[in-house]
Amino acid sequence: MKKSRFPYTKKAYSLSLGLCTVLCLALSPVQAVLAAENAAPDRGVTINVYNWGEYIANGTDDSLDVNAEFTRRTGIQVNYTTFDSNEALYSKLAGGGADYDVIIPSDYMVSRLIDENMLAELDFSNIPNFQYIDERFRDPDYDPGSRYSVPYTWGVVGLFYNTDYIEEEITSWTALWDDRYAGKILMFDNPRDSFAIAQFLLGQPLNTTDETHWTEAAALLKQQKPLVQAYVMDRIFDKMESSEAWIAPYYSGDAAILVENNDNIRFVVPEEGTNYFVDAMCIPVTSSHKAEAEEYINFLCDPEIAGANMNYVGYSTPESAAKAYMDEEMAESPLYYPGDETLARTQVFVNLPEDTSRLVDRLWAEAKMGGPGESAVLAAIILGFLGVYISILVYKRQKRRRELA
Amino acid sequence: MAMKSDSKLLSAPYTVWMTIFIILPMLLVGYFAFTDKSGSFTLENLLSVGQYSNVFLRSIWLGAVATAVSLALGYPLAYMIAKMSTGRQNVMVMLVMLPMWMNFLLRTYAWMTLLEDNGLINSTLAAIGLPRVHMINTAGAVVLGMVYNYIPYMILPLYSVLTKIDRSVIEAAQDLGASRRKVFLKVVVPLSMPGIISGVTMVFVPAVSTFIISKMLGGGGNLLIGDLIDMQFLGSAYNPNLGSAVSLVLMVIILICMGIMNQFDDGEEAGGGMLL
Amino acid sequence: MKKTGARIYIFLIFLFLYAPIFVLIVFSFNDSETASRSVWGGFSLRWYQKLFEDRLIMEALRNTLFIAVVSAAAATVLGTMAAIGINSMKRLPRRIMMNVTNFPMVNPEIVTGVSLMLLFVSAVRLFGGRSLGMASLIAAHITFCLPYVILSVLPKLRQMDPNLYEAAQDLGCPPLKAFFKVVLPEIMPGVVTGMIMAFTLSIDDFVISYFTSGTTQTLPIYIYSMTRKRISPEINALSTVLFAVIMVLLIIINVRNLKDKGSRRKPEDL
Repeated sequence: MKKSRFPYTKKAYSLSLGLCTVLCLALSPVQAVLAAENAAPDRGVTINVYNWGEYIANGTDDSLDVNAEFTRRTGIQVNYTTFDSNEALYSKLAGGGADYDVIIPSDYMVSRLIDENMLAELDFSNIPNFQYIDERFRDPDYDPGSRYSVPYTWGVVGLFYNTDYIEEEITSWTALWDDRYAGKILMFDNPRDSFAIAQFLLGQPLNTTDETHWTEAAALLKQQKPLVQAYVMDRIFDKMESSEAWIAPYYSGDAAILVENNDNIRFVVPEEGTNYFVDAMCIPVTSSHKAEAEEYINFLCDPEIAGANMNYVGYSTPESAAKAYMDEEMAESPLYYPGDETLARTQVFVNLPEDTSRLVDRLWAEAKMGGPGESAVLAAIILGFLGVYISILVYKRQKRRRELA
Repeated sequence: MAMKSDSKLLSAPYTVWMTIFIILPMLLVGYFAFTDKSGSFTLENLLSVGQYSNVFLRSIWLGAVATAVSLALGYPLAYMIAKMSTGRQNVMVMLVMLPMWMNFLLRTYAWMTLLEDNGLINSTLAAIGLPRVHMINTAGAVVLGMVYNYIPYMILPLYSVLTKIDRSVIEAAQDLGASRRKVFLKVVVPLSMPGIISGVTMVFVPAVSTFIISKMLGGGGNLLIGDLIDMQFLGSAYNPNLGSAVSLVLMVIILICMGIMNQFDDGEEAGGGMLL
Repeated sequence: MKKTGARIYIFLIFLFLYAPIFVLIVFSFNDSETASRSVWGGFSLRWYQKLFEDRLIMEALRNTLFIAVVSAAAATVLGTMAAIGINSMKRLPRRIMMNVTNFPMVNPEIVTGVSLMLLFVSAVRLFGGRSLGMASLIAAHITFCLPYVILSVLPKLRQMDPNLYEAAQDLGCPPLKAFFKVVLPEIMPGVVTGMIMAFTLSIDDFVISYFTSGTTQTLPIYIYSMTRKRISPEINALSTVLFAVIMVLLIIINVRNLKDKGSRRKPEDL
């Protein structure tokens, strides 16, 4: 298999060299632009920020480019990368050997990270802007005493649907099990959010440790699978905007982008209740630039910055002070700031014990692949291949012997 | 003689390097597969791989279909190219190679644009009054993605073997009265066997273990082995022990397949041969 | 009749291979506010402008090139040395070495990636140190490039007359000088081929980098994160730029090859 690739590599040679030159040329003007403007001198420090996708104002649509502004003011470079579920963040942190300085997980993941000693205690003298955080977001259950985290945004989960295709008014999660929308339904691609929907339909507590509860919920999800177009996270934007999908559960804040780009998309919080979440900024213990990371967190808490940021991101800010810097329409919207009546129907995720967590992971993979498998089948596959291999060997040996004889 | 012993020492850095970066990591995979979180010995991981037998079945099935389709599509093309004049051969080979120069993520993304329900193919169908076809997020779309990404690996080895077939052998067969079909089946195909084998392995191995194609074109519902491994290491179900066990089983299956394929290759063992 | 059939077949296969790329290119010029991928909204170059203003893409590009240059150079040196060593070995050790060399090529990429990740993470835990990143990426890339270098140098070594080197030494040439003056020129085509392969494999690699990158972004990793988010036609613009660069270079090479054909002997194939 190796030899065959070789004859074609001559061309590759000059090709790559040329590619290299062209790309290097492409790089130079950009740096020149960056160096200009009255920026703070480069401090030679780069912090690694790990955030959800589509979760910061990035300069598009006349928004403020938050990271660039931070670099301009402080001279600290930001290496900004994104994840798409709390679980993926945990995996990367626990086993990916990545050295992040600022991460923004949700509530239950914050408490898991605290339990597992993966977060550093914050030095609040470096984060004076914490004073702007509203009283009700301080000292949360997931981080008693607010020692490890500073809230970034909050929101609820709800249903997005396209009124062009779905004429009735949606009020219940059952719409996601509706045959009429088969193939046009999207689902979350992470276990907690997906299970939560089934659990609300079954009237279970979200943080149950009862195995039968979880298996029941999993059965409901398996039943739904044939109707689901795809299990996705941030690709929902694309699919909903282009009408590729008609109905999808997602986070309330994303209405800002979705509804703006497609007028026919509506957002509703189903009557069975929903998940209420707070995403909070934390610093992992492995961070090597803790002071600079705190500077970044402080910067994001600055009401002016937070206001500009939330204007674009669309999620709800935990700082009332920031609303002064936001579009009035947004700051007043019941979509982003649901009333007490909606909030009364919400539940929060709590970190699950390890056994339950494993069970959920397994059930989730099962639901996605459609039913549990059998060890016997796998053993049969391997033995089958092995059998073919051995019989060929035996056949060949006999043939050789016959030829010799 | 002095040269010999000196030269052998030259490969010492490489030996050290490969021990650290190939052998040691493999041992680590084995270690993780047979231990639990606290590091004590367990068979539980390997036993629970059985729960995912559906995933294995699907991956092997889709990989095999993709390989068969690539062979069926690629062989005639390689044969046609091999019969052209040298100048045109070079152009053709370059044209086959060219798409491979684009990152495979971009190539797969391009297919998303085409296959979607409101994508270009369906818009075109609708515009000329034909019914729309649902294509994306199906097993077929995953196979298509695999064929598209890996078919050059099938065509190129086939082509390089086919060009080396001595024309006089074919002529001899024809002179002896063999029909066209017979010449092809009894002479050309057996002589191109090494190309078929390397093509099949070069398509099958990456197809079975892919984890991006299924995610982009299969809608996340068509979970493959690669996705399962990714899920355990960097995805939504962190469990490197289980992930290692799945990797181990995947490796065993691939190695057995390679062993089988090598048995069809009667050629001499140039360069060293496989492990099996 | 048969010829037209063949032509149609070739045409269809190439249509299959190029249609997606063509679509990518066309839609990179699409002027559409909603970032829709299949509705044409007029001609515009805005996505190209955005692409070149994107600091993260440019940084990813720089990382990719740096890693490719360093790992290709290291793999070439290590691999050439190894090939010379392997070539002078006896049968059994040579077989063992070749098996180890072949292993990463037949092993599924994802398993190689995962195993290297386990190695680097364990190393960080045992010996401290910061995290995965540039260093681990380079080590991983050298590892998967090495076999390709070795396998392109070995055939050249076999073709070489072993007496050449000894003859040079007999004539009083010191070993190192003999190597550079006698052996290296003989195996140069193989070394160059290996280096190019290493360079291009490194630039294009996604799977192994994905598992060993830590917080460092390379271009393929950045592209992956783009495809997971709300897709911006920026990605089409990026594809088009890369494709155009490759096309232009291929054309230049081919024209040069045609010119050279008369004057030079046929370049030897491996």
